[in-house]
Amino acid sequence: MTTPETASPAAFGDAQSIANDVSSGTRTAASVVANHLDRIATHDGEVHAFNVVTAERAMDAAESIDQRIAAGEDVGPLAGVPVAVKDNMCTRGVATTCSSKILEGWEPPYTATVVERLTNAGAIVVGKTNLDEFAMGSSTENSAFGPTHNPWDLDKVPGGSSGGSAAAVAAGFAPVSLGSDTGGSIRQPASLCGVVGVKPTYGAVSRYGLIAFGSSLDQIGPFTTTVADSATMFEVMGGHDPLDSTSANQPALAVSSKLDAGVDGLRVGIITEMAGDVIEGIDADVIARLRAAATALEAGGATVGEVSIPSSVYGLPAYYMVAPAEASSNLARFDGVRYGLRVDGANTALMNTASRTGGFGPEVKRRIMLGTYALSAGYRDAFYGKAQQIRTKIIEEFTAAYEHFDVLLSPASPSTAFALGDKAADPMAMYLNDVCTIPSNLSGQPSMSVPFGVGDDGMPIGVQILAPLMGDVVMFQVAAELERVANATNEAGA
Amino acid sequence: MYYTVDRGPEVHEPSIPDAWELVVGLEVHVELSTKTKLFCGCANHFGSEPNTNVCPTCLGLPGALPVINAAAVTSAMRLGRALNCEVKPSVMARKNYFYPDMPKDFQTSQYDQPTNENGWLDTPAGVRINIERAHIEEDTGKSTHVGGDGRISSAQYSLIDYNRAGVPLLEIVSCPDIRTAEEAKAYVAELRGIVLALDVSDAKMEEGSMRVDANVSVRPRGSDELRTRCEVKNINSLSSLGRAIAYEAKRHISLYDTGDRPIQETRHWDEEAGRTRSGRSKENEEDYRYFPEPDLTPLVPSVEELEAIDASLPELPGAQRSALAEAAGISAPDAGLIVERGHSQFALDTIAAGADGARVVVHINNNLAGGLGELTPELFAGLVQMETAGDLTSTQTKTVLAQMVESGGTAADIAAAKGFEAMDTSELDGMVDDLISSHPDEWTRFCEGDEGDAKKMAGFFTGQIMKATKGQADGKVIAQILNSRRS
Ligand SMILES: [Zn+2]
Repeated sequence: MTTPETASPAAFGDAQSIANDVSSGTRTAASVVANHLDRIATHDGEVHAFNVVTAERAMDAAESIDQRIAAGEDVGPLAGVPVAVKDNMCTRGVATTCSSKILEGWEPPYTATVVERLTNAGAIVVGKTNLDEFAMGSSTENSAFGPTHNPWDLDKVPGGSSGGSAAAVAAGFAPVSLGSDTGGSIRQPASLCGVVGVKPTYGAVSRYGLIAFGSSLDQIGPFTTTVADSATMFEVMGGHDPLDSTSANQPALAVSSKLDAGVDGLRVGIITEMAGDVIEGIDADVIARLRAAATALEAGGATVGEVSIPSSVYGLPAYYMVAPAEASSNLARFDGVRYGLRVDGANTALMNTASRTGGFGPEVKRRIMLGTYALSAGYRDAFYGKAQQIRTKIIEEFTAAYEHFDVLLSPASPSTAFALGDKAADPMAMYLNDVCTIPSNLSGQPSMSVPFGVGDDGMPIGVQILAPLMGDVVMFQVAAELERVANATNEAGA
Repeated sequence: MYYTVDRGPEVHEPSIPDAWELVVGLEVHVELSTKTKLFCGCANHFGSEPNTNVCPTCLGLPGALPVINAAAVTSAMRLGRALNCEVKPSVMARKNYFYPDMPKDFQTSQYDQPTNENGWLDTPAGVRINIERAHIEEDTGKSTHVGGDGRISSAQYSLIDYNRAGVPLLEIVSCPDIRTAEEAKAYVAELRGIVLALDVSDAKMEEGSMRVDANVSVRPRGSDELRTRCEVKNINSLSSLGRAIAYEAKRHISLYDTGDRPIQETRHWDEEAGRTRSGRSKENEEDYRYFPEPDLTPLVPSVEELEAIDASLPELPGAQRSALAEAAGISAPDAGLIVERGHSQFALDTIAAGADGARVVVHINNNLAGGLGELTPELFAGLVQMETAGDLTSTQTKTVLAQMVESGGTAADIAAAKGFEAMDTSELDGMVDDLISSHPDEWTRFCEGDEGDAKKMAGFFTGQIMKATKGQADGKVIAQILNSRRS
């Protein structure tokens, strides 16, 4: 299979090399940004990773960084690094739409903490990326502005909901991007697009400025071409934010500190339910790559075992109560009164209804109805209440597992990228894409997807590493080892 | 701290028929007067230009998050402790419903784990009203409906001011323990006194910083059932509260009397018409779909924090009444008005400066309703001492007091300036005897007439003497002399 021109991760170098070059004056930020903007102009018509490209702002920012560097200033660890931002994070003065008609054209008066921190470290926002409307979906087909295509095969989906951000990195439109992960929305597209995708521990990275889907599950994280770049992004973005009450009151975790430490002596557990036929529908080639990863870690000196998380099989139904319940409340504010789409009605209630009917797409409406039902009097205990009990059980089972293992392994996605339109008409089939990723949203633990070879169809496959709460450092340590093995294999094969 | 409370005119509602008993529970919203709002740094200020105290958080903009105001939580816990509540670890919850004044279309409130639970309040008359809970929640914005008759149904458009959105409230929910309209007023007045003593709110019913909704039902006296209740809203003063409850109770009774029954609903008090009107029916009661607010963490006060709160509580009105009653030698309920007006410390200071307690209480109750002005406890004590020593009559004392409030100064100086000197009793004896000789008919009527006649004639003789002495004579002494001449 020949690789299409649209797939070119780190087309102009990874973030680390760009930041080094720009800081040392080898390259200017302006030239780096211009290269990426050119590539976007050439190929985004096919990929549709972006809802908006902020070319002019990006060039202005690049020039200002170059001036500061010329003046001898240290502009930070991401000097001149282009970053693509998922279009559900607020950027002052730049339209932020959640890929929804209801927010089309809305320009926030403030910027999300993560974007603020990245730009303060020298990064340059090149645009806002496409997503499943309000981050609800696993293929980026639920966008009001049309689907994103997988750069490795334009007939296939990039995964979702952060499909635009995953595709932007895989396509070399930016070396790094930001996604949000409520039920696998970073890790699954990272797996499908062959890039690194990280969901940090809940609370390790601020959510301020992230337009909420499921507040107790949402977490922002990076897409990058290397594990080291993800670690840098994490360290820049992480740490306490006084504007987010759920952000952990501690400095950013030093996730790059053990990237070279290897895995000798670490205990690695494969989640039994996700490595066989307990959870149905996980493809054999995906499981094969998971086993290969375990073998590679064993070769690196880790001990590998299996561990059962019995309640993980209830993760999906529990998630589809909790996330829609929170979403039904979070999305109530889109009522036509203060901002976004307003469709007139004879009175306020009818205006609310008309605006929401006209503004939300079918998947968003489905989840609002699901969540409203789950919280309704008489059903709340049976649905939302039960789901919270499962959540507690899952947390307990993971906690017990981490008494015996330092990290756990599972697939990130049950399959490689599927064809556009394949599952669009079947919500249940689409929901099953997140079966491996959802448990760690429910538990809050960190997890990430690292590319580890390809499937029978030649499309990328990611392996998911999970770690205990605030155990992001060891997760990165293991990820770096898998990356070294994968790179060595690629070079050997090439 | 001295402050003044306008108690409003004392209006006693006609009581309901003896066969029926009133059952009332009150929900009182108190706006906490913190510097900033409950979840953001915007000013908590009444009367600013519309939409000037707003930010992404209190406008509910997408992506903005709440951060709880610790000062508001402390105020809430202080008020809770002052109401004898258990202060417990609590959880904020979302109350979901669509309302244009509410930027997020949910209200961040508390549900099954409120900050304060199971308290009570004793009214000045000694009636204990139990308090179910006192929970923290945010206020909404305010709409102005333009065009039509000012109601939303006929308006051309509405303007919304979000300055009030996110202002911290404490909602204090009483048990249905209130049995008369007077008790309801006393409960609210006492609660208000506690709020003011704690300085956690200005608690102005007219400005809406204290709002009272009444859940009213009736039952046959002697029964302990709880019948269908109606929630009466839009009550803007203490006297409206009494009238609204009385109206609503009578409405229920007349429905039962005609074989009908009230339906559970929200009703609005119409001040001008003096009646309640049906609002939205609770038959299709809104389902608020409460769930814990995922953007905030639980509120867990430490033992030290709770101890500090208890230690910080000022003397509350009940304790103030007891202290004053003891110092002044009066009953606790009789000390009620002074405490309610915030003058108990002033009274105690005056008594401590050597004034007679009972006289101090009488003067504050009757002659200082308009405020204390330039009066200090020391100056006031000097005046009361002159009065009890007989240097000033009660009428003179009142005149001097009014002057002291206006301009300050000692009682002695003012009395001298006004030419007030105590009359010699022997001088008065002569004047009364002269008057009796020159008015024999009136004297006969005083001695032999019926009670009314005697009273009238006593007034006549006293008036004549007062006229002759330009009001400097002591009425009590005149009465004594008149009585001594009659036998
Ligand atoms: Zn605000």
